[in-house]
Amino acid sequence: MESINIEGTPKTPTVNFNAGSGLIEIKGRSIPENSIEFYKPLVDWLDSYKSKPNSSTEVKIQLEYFNTSSSKCILDVFKKLESIKKENPGIGLMIYWYYEEDDEDMLEAGEDYQSILNIPFEMIELEE
Amino acid sequence: MSFEIQEWYKNMRVGDVVLAYKGGVSVDLITNVLTTIELKLEDKNERTKIRRKVYNILVESLQNLYHHIDNTPELDDESKDSKFAIFVFSKVNNASYKLSTGNFVSSSQMKFLKDRLDQINYLSKEQLKSIYKLILSNEEFSDKGGGGLGMIDIARKSGNKLEYKFHSFNNNYYFFCLDVIIS
Repeated sequence: MESINIEGTPKTPTVNFNAGSGLIEIKGRSIPENSIEFYKPLVDWLDSYKSKPNSSTEVKIQLEYFNTSSSKCILDVFKKLESIKKENPGIGLMIYWYYEEDDEDMLEAGEDYQSILNIPFEMIELEE
Repeated sequence: MSFEIQEWYKNMRVGDVVLAYKGGVSVDLITNVLTTIELKLEDKNERTKIRRKVYNILVESLQNLYHHIDNTPELDDESKDSKFAIFVFSKVNNASYKLSTGNFVSSSQMKFLKDRLDQINYLSKEQLKSIYKLILSNEEFSDKGGGGLGMIDIARKSGNKLEYKFHSFNNNYYFFCLDVIIS
């Protein structure tokens, strides 16, 4: 399965989805006007990944800013991961949610997702 | 007497104005404004915490304007620009900034907005969090992409009540002014 590697821009994040290593990363800023357009290929990729996921899938989300239209799309990504775990209960799946020191809003955003979803989250504070 | 945009814009630009704009709101404009304000706050050595809040609120406010200004009254001056809006971002005191936005809304939009803003202002911090999560996890997605979360997010991040006014412009339009204090 082909990887996704997208370089970040001032309004969209860096994305690395790698089926071989099971590493799924979204980093940077996610504030596009049209978030659905940006996230649709990512959700589609996860849909294909679902049939043969890596036995250990690690998801790293390290966002500096995201807008509310991205927040729905990010939830779609997490929901897809949730269904992957549901259909493949034997695999390891962990979501690492990074936030900068003192960024309470970003920590809270991660906790909001954690409370909506049924997958394991770990909140990691980044020191400045 | 009908509402005077020029007069309002003039009155808004008092005090320590960081950036003021009057005209059409496009994707490029939003990108430029965000870059400019980010640099200006860096120059001012503003605290990271308030910089983050300002940036978040600016993104939501400007994108709200971009997504929701559908039509404007027929005017001869520059306010006929597509997606016409005004915004003024200024420093209020050592601890806070203010973002004021102004745009035309139709009578029906006015009623909808007023209800929504009154509801948001009535809710506590915890209630805002709950309603945010409720809307976020609701599958429905508006065609504008925002899903109705923008204004709630602005209220949550600012931590202050949203101050607003609807100035009657003509029979069909109001000029909607919103002040967000970021502290």
